[in-house]
Amino acid sequence: MLTIDRLTLQLPYYPRWWRREWTTCIESLSLHLPPGEVHAVVGASGAGKSLLAYAIMGLLPQAARVAGELRFQGEDLTPARQRQLRGHQLALIPQSLNALDPLARSQHQVRWAAQRAGFGRSAAHQRADELLSRYQLSHASTHYPHELSGGMARRVLIAMAQVSNARLVIADEPSVGLDPNQRDRVLAALKAIALEGKAVMLITHDLRHALTIADRVSVIRQGQALETAPAQAFQGQGEQLMSCYARDLWQALPDNAFSTHPFHPTHQEPALA
Amino acid sequence: MLETHQLSFHFAAGTPLLADISLRLAPGEWLGISGDSGSGKSTLGKLLSGQLTPSQGSVQVDGSPLPTRGRRPVQWLPQSPELAVNPRWRVGKILREAWTPPDTLMAAFGIENEWLKRFPSALSGGELQRVCVLRALAPGVRYVVADEISTMLDPITQLSLWQALKAHAEHHQLGVIVISHDTALLNRLCHQQWHLAGGSLRISSTALKAP
Repeated sequence: MLTIDRLTLQLPYYPRWWRREWTTCIESLSLHLPPGEVHAVVGASGAGKSLLAYAIMGLLPQAARVAGELRFQGEDLTPARQRQLRGHQLALIPQSLNALDPLARSQHQVRWAAQRAGFGRSAAHQRADELLSRYQLSHASTHYPHELSGGMARRVLIAMAQVSNARLVIADEPSVGLDPNQRDRVLAALKAIALEGKAVMLITHDLRHALTIADRVSVIRQGQALETAPAQAFQGQGEQLMSCYARDLWQALPDNAFSTHPFHPTHQEPALA
Repeated sequence: MLETHQLSFHFAAGTPLLADISLRLAPGEWLGISGDSGSGKSTLGKLLSGQLTPSQGSVQVDGSPLPTRGRRPVQWLPQSPELAVNPRWRVGKILREAWTPPDTLMAAFGIENEWLKRFPSALSGGELQRVCVLRALAPGVRYVVADEISTMLDPITQLSLWQALKAHAEHHQLGVIVISHDTALLNRLCHQQWHLAGGSLRISSTALKAP
């Protein structure tokens, strides 16, 4: 469904007023997302996970330099095509709940998303009601965003992303700040989307809960994809994992060893074969 | 010894959120508090650190009530470090707000000298969280309330933060209260664990394993 081939992304910064330099945020990153799969992208903050989502959606700042190839359903994902597919075939569940319109009731948020995706007025109403009830939001359909709990607001965003029948859904840190109950419901909703034959990219730092729904996991560090492993490889001592960093990530969980060799930000990853 | 005696709290004209809470924490001990959202975990943390005043009962450190001015012997570490710092101050000024931590401690918390010149917005959440934790460990601080301080960190950063805090707490006989949803984390860290539900504490497990 989506193929990312050696994607490199650089963003400008200005050390002096009139000088521009480039910092590499994503370096030669390759991924493949088949339909019907939840693909988790795991890494520390600042690893370039959210930028990867923006690169796929075409939401990067204008000045960004992008190299490499993005292909969606076999065709190149050019900026023009991204603009055309965004909200129709490609959907993003943003990290920030500020993405909701603060002055709109939840039913309107979802209806408008449906209308933007090309549904007619009555079809949009019907589809919005259907999705709100699927995510147990019927009673909250006339609430404004400030009246929703974090988990409910997140589910409104998921409903908005799904209303368009998008083939690829990217969820950016969907479980942050939710209590266990709400988090499990949000993750179950994402899994359900994948089971409908769509591709789901789950961007998170929360390895443990990503593993409950993910089929495959890509570990990202400093803009590079260190490895992509099936979710089952994260077990025992992590013997089936290829990179040290992925193993450390797994071993650092409180349910596992909760200890690893002392962490240093400068700890070097051995070159991958 | 940090003690509360029949502590109760309610917000204005509300039903009591917390009722008759009594707990004791010895220096050097770790206490975990879990509970659903809205059960009052954070409120209890703020009461223990003197950020909120109890409706009834009191919080005492070594038999005397919490001081209302001057340095607080119980420090509160909030979930979002971004909200706990002045965005117009550089990180160096923020870190040295209460004391000047020695270089060895800065290294233990993985804080790099280069960060001190930056503004908080130029640090990641995990980096800023470590700065905030170290800022709160001034001499004279006896207890720390860590309110979900590691939820937004990846496992390795989370572990490194707890390791550094544990080493410091052991050395200085600091008592730590960990508020978290994550019972696996509490099992790893805490000597005693309580579950907060319906306004009162229930024991979930004591002295599970020496952390």
